[in-house]
Amino acid sequence: MKKLLIPAIIALSVSAAFAENQVATLRGTAPLDENPDAPVIPKVVNSDIRQVRNYPEQPPVIPHKIDGYQIDIKYNQCLTCHARSAIEVSQAPMVSITHFMDRDGQFLASVSPRRFFCTQCHVPQSEARIELKNTFVDVDEVLDYIQSQGGGSE
Amino acid sequence: MRRMISRFWRVMSKPATHLSLGFLTIGGFVMGVIFWGGFNTALELTNTEEFCVSCHEMRDNVFVELQTTVHYSNASGVRATCPDCHVPHAWSSKIARKMAASKEVYGKIFGTISTREKFEAKRLELASHEWARFEANDSLECRNCHSSESMDITLQSKRASEAHERFLLTGEKTCISCHKGIAHELPDMSEAAWHGKGDPKLVQSYLSSVAD
Repeated sequence: MKKLLIPAIIALSVSAAFAENQVATLRGTAPLDENPDAPVIPKVVNSDIRQVRNYPEQPPVIPHKIDGYQIDIKYNQCLTCHARSAIEVSQAPMVSITHFMDRDGQFLASVSPRRFFCTQCHVPQSEARIELKNTFVDVDEVLDYIQSQGGGSE
Repeated sequence: MRRMISRFWRVMSKPATHLSLGFLTIGGFVMGVIFWGGFNTALELTNTEEFCVSCHEMRDNVFVELQTTVHYSNASGVRATCPDCHVPHAWSSKIARKMAASKEVYGKIFGTISTREKFEAKRLELASHEWARFEANDSLECRNCHSSESMDITLQSKRASEAHERFLLTGEKTCISCHKGIAHELPDMSEAAWHGKGDPKLVQSYLSSVAD
């Protein structure tokens, strides 16, 4: 009995110690040999309200669902609404003229092949729980901070 | 030939000598029921998803593409199968469509789209046929399930409700005008832009051929 008890106590205390020093990971607190419950798939924001860009060069996020949109060599379903010739009907913002430029800065007649795949840069947003706090501040806040420190007069 | 016809007429116009009137009327009625029932049963058998995907042309191309869309799998569990969209429900239009589909039997026998490459080459043409059919019948097959009367556009997203108010409720456009490529992949549309001032060569020609 004693022979069994000692390893059992050791095992218990070790596992308790591990439980206290849990490292926060995306898989949560579930032990390695168990599958935790999958989190609920968050809803995609479908408000059609344009979002603020955090910096001027940021590709604007997509404020609507794009489930099943076909973007391949045959067709680009985003351009059904966002193409130059389509916006009168759709009232959607036109693809920026910068997307018509090839890599030598020449403007083409329509979207340049290197800018064809919208979702490389533009993504819809979801109502997901934020796992890590973001400490990003935009340029206005940086300027405010500099001014409050008495700098930035030049 | 004339003699044959006149002999046939003489036989057919004479009263029956050996068969009773009861046998002829009741027998005719029973045979009619069997024939008509059999015809409709056979017709309905060709009107199932199972029948459509029994050919590899449908199973490996369009059926695979359907499976990723909302018409195959969705929250409410209502599924649209092949004939729901591709065969009219009204009997006379259904027979007309079935007769037109004899072309598809020809295509099957001669292997018109027997490989992926052949299918891709013909995809725009085949899709244009369906778009033209939907434009011509005001998207009847869509409206069998989605009617604009029972559609509460206030529950739709801003984008969708505005578009439906401008184009659907005014009758300016029909479902298929905007909702192309929702159940199957779109063909290479560089040859047939349907929006704006592009040259919708193929689509236009099919539309005008239907309108004539």
